[in-house]
Amino acid sequence: MTRIVVDPITRIEGHLRIEVEVANGVVSDAWSSGTMFRGLELILKGRDPRDAWVFAQRACGVCTTVHALASVRSVENALGLRIPRNARLVRNLIAGTQYVQDHVIHFYHLHALDWVDVVSALKADPAATATLAQSISDHPLSSAKYFKGVRDKLSTFVASGQLGPFANGYWGHPGYRLPPEANLLAVAHYLEALEWQRQVIRIHALLGSKNPHPQTYVVGGMALALDPNSTTALNARGLSEIAELIVEAQRFVDEVYIPDVLAVAGFYKDWAGIGKGIGNYMSYGEFPEDDSAQPSGFYLP
Amino acid sequence: MARQDGLYSALLAHGITRRDFLKFSAAMSAALALPASYAPRVAAAVAAAPRIPVIWLEGQDCAGNTEAFLRASHPTVAELVLDTLSVDYHETIMAAAGAQAEAARLGTMKQYPNGYIAVVEGSVPVADGGVYCTIGGKAFSQTVLEVCRGALVTIAVGSCAFDGGLPAAAGGPTGAIGAGHAVPGAKVINLPGCPMNVQNLTATIVHFLTFKAWPATDSMGRPLFAYGQLIHDQCERRAHFERGEYVLAWGDEAARNGWCLYKMGCKGPETYANCPTARFNDGTSWPVKSGHGCVGCTMPNFWDQMSPFYRRLPTVPPFANDVTADQVGLGLVAGVTALTGLHAAGSYVRKRRMDAEARAELAAVSAPIAPPTVPSPTAPDGRAEGRTDQ
Repeated sequence: MTRIVVDPITRIEGHLRIEVEVANGVVSDAWSSGTMFRGLELILKGRDPRDAWVFAQRACGVCTTVHALASVRSVENALGLRIPRNARLVRNLIAGTQYVQDHVIHFYHLHALDWVDVVSALKADPAATATLAQSISDHPLSSAKYFKGVRDKLSTFVASGQLGPFANGYWGHPGYRLPPEANLLAVAHYLEALEWQRQVIRIHALLGSKNPHPQTYVVGGMALALDPNSTTALNARGLSEIAELIVEAQRFVDEVYIPDVLAVAGFYKDWAGIGKGIGNYMSYGEFPEDDSAQPSGFYLP
Repeated sequence: MARQDGLYSALLAHGITRRDFLKFSAAMSAALALPASYAPRVAAAVAAAPRIPVIWLEGQDCAGNTEAFLRASHPTVAELVLDTLSVDYHETIMAAAGAQAEAARLGTMKQYPNGYIAVVEGSVPVADGGVYCTIGGKAFSQTVLEVCRGALVTIAVGSCAFDGGLPAAAGGPTGAIGAGHAVPGAKVINLPGCPMNVQNLTATIVHFLTFKAWPATDSMGRPLFAYGQLIHDQCERRAHFERGEYVLAWGDEAARNGWCLYKMGCKGPETYANCPTARFNDGTSWPVKSGHGCVGCTMPNFWDQMSPFYRRLPTVPPFANDVTADQVGLGLVAGVTALTGLHAAGSYVRKRRMDAEARAELAAVSAPIAPPTVPSPTAPDGRAEGRTDQ
């Protein structure tokens, strides 16, 4: 029996320590601990409830905004407030943008390095990578020339000897199952997603002033002024910019993210059966379409 | 393959043209408030710079400054800054975990003594022996000491690393302090904000590459180019303040017309930061532009000093444009320092309980907030489809 400690667990928000007991190559027991504490609940006690969302939002800067939304809703619920329809729409747009952007960031920039061997991508054939890319998606950046460019960038980076965030990775470990071409495809999309997330989240700036930690919530509604004809409020120009960003967000999800998730999952199907705990999770649903606060009124119940 | 030592050659390798690079240099010169004639000097300095290793530590943080870093507004260059800086340790983005992650940090410390940048995000808890944040089984307070003492410079990003931030607000039990307090004597540049504006981080580093010196700061270690002026004095709504044109209720006509948010609690008149000019997310917006008051997040102990956030400031002193925080705030700084010391000793009890005034305000908002001309949401199906207000 061996005990292995992994501390810190990286590519998460927060600080996590995992200890496992291994017997005959199989984990026989495991413990997890969060190793950081701030006491946000204690700090919130006794304060003006209208301020609470500003504090609560700081629970997480990666999943920013969602704690603000939960907090402001709680206060409104306690006070029996119903928010205006436009405020509800603005909140849904902010939450929906977070929902889409955070999934993509989680997949590429946080989780992917557990499945994608960056160094293996150096061995990929750009033409075969292009064939693979074109077989799973209509995404336009899929030529052999494009993938050769990505591979060349990567080899320049590796040759520099300074691997930065990729230093000391587990490259070459047999646990990585993707062929070199799939690894190169994923590296290309890691970089594309880095640019995409930065653009898409401008929706938060247009509706909420900035990201992370948008700042337009108020108990009872939203501080953002909406008027298509105003020069200072969110006007027709701002709305059309948001519409464009949404179209591009959806295109990237449909043409890059979902095909990649499915392609990677095909190599790791057996992982779906590993580590199941309770197996039954609670979800409250989201995106209210009315004031009922009931699942029947949620776009996603 | 030849080792890539300069930013400019690395930029070329990443497909950035010389023209793009000069545009970047011009933008950085502007951010630093340098004359346009400095752009070639910035370009030359950045091009020749070797890669500086970075150890990015996260303590009691929310990763909000990390996310801000990822939103840097000069996309391809920012991506480059990621590798050009050689971010050797950063929990949120690094591939390695556990012992391998810590080995990467120790390797950089050993290989580049006094030659790496330490970035600190999040506060440093020192109560109870530092147990409130441990990484690799070690108190974060100890790691910060070791890393920052051996660094070329420490850059504290965000308000938590500045002065303890949210975990240090009244009621916080962890003895949270900022990086400057945690590492006495270290060279620390503070970039407070919740989160910081990443443009100020990029500009700070470019300043170093250009002039081989860190930017001038105020007595709190905040670069003057970013924290040298009041928000109020740079605010696009300032004219409305001068004319006495105020938003008086969320969603009123004044709000739609972009009038001054002072009476809604805006802390811009007491807050030093370049938010109105730098803005966030590729220069898209900042809180006042989006209709919400400033909460003063670049200021010391803002969670306690600037809250309640919707209570208007009692008086707005007539500051001149060129007055810095140091000139007006020596008394304030001394006061805050004293408070910080008391807080660390556990004896600072802020008056946090809501007073009668706050209760009356809350009772008022419990009625519908929308302006009186708007029908209340009483559509039969509860959907209130006919409303057109905000």
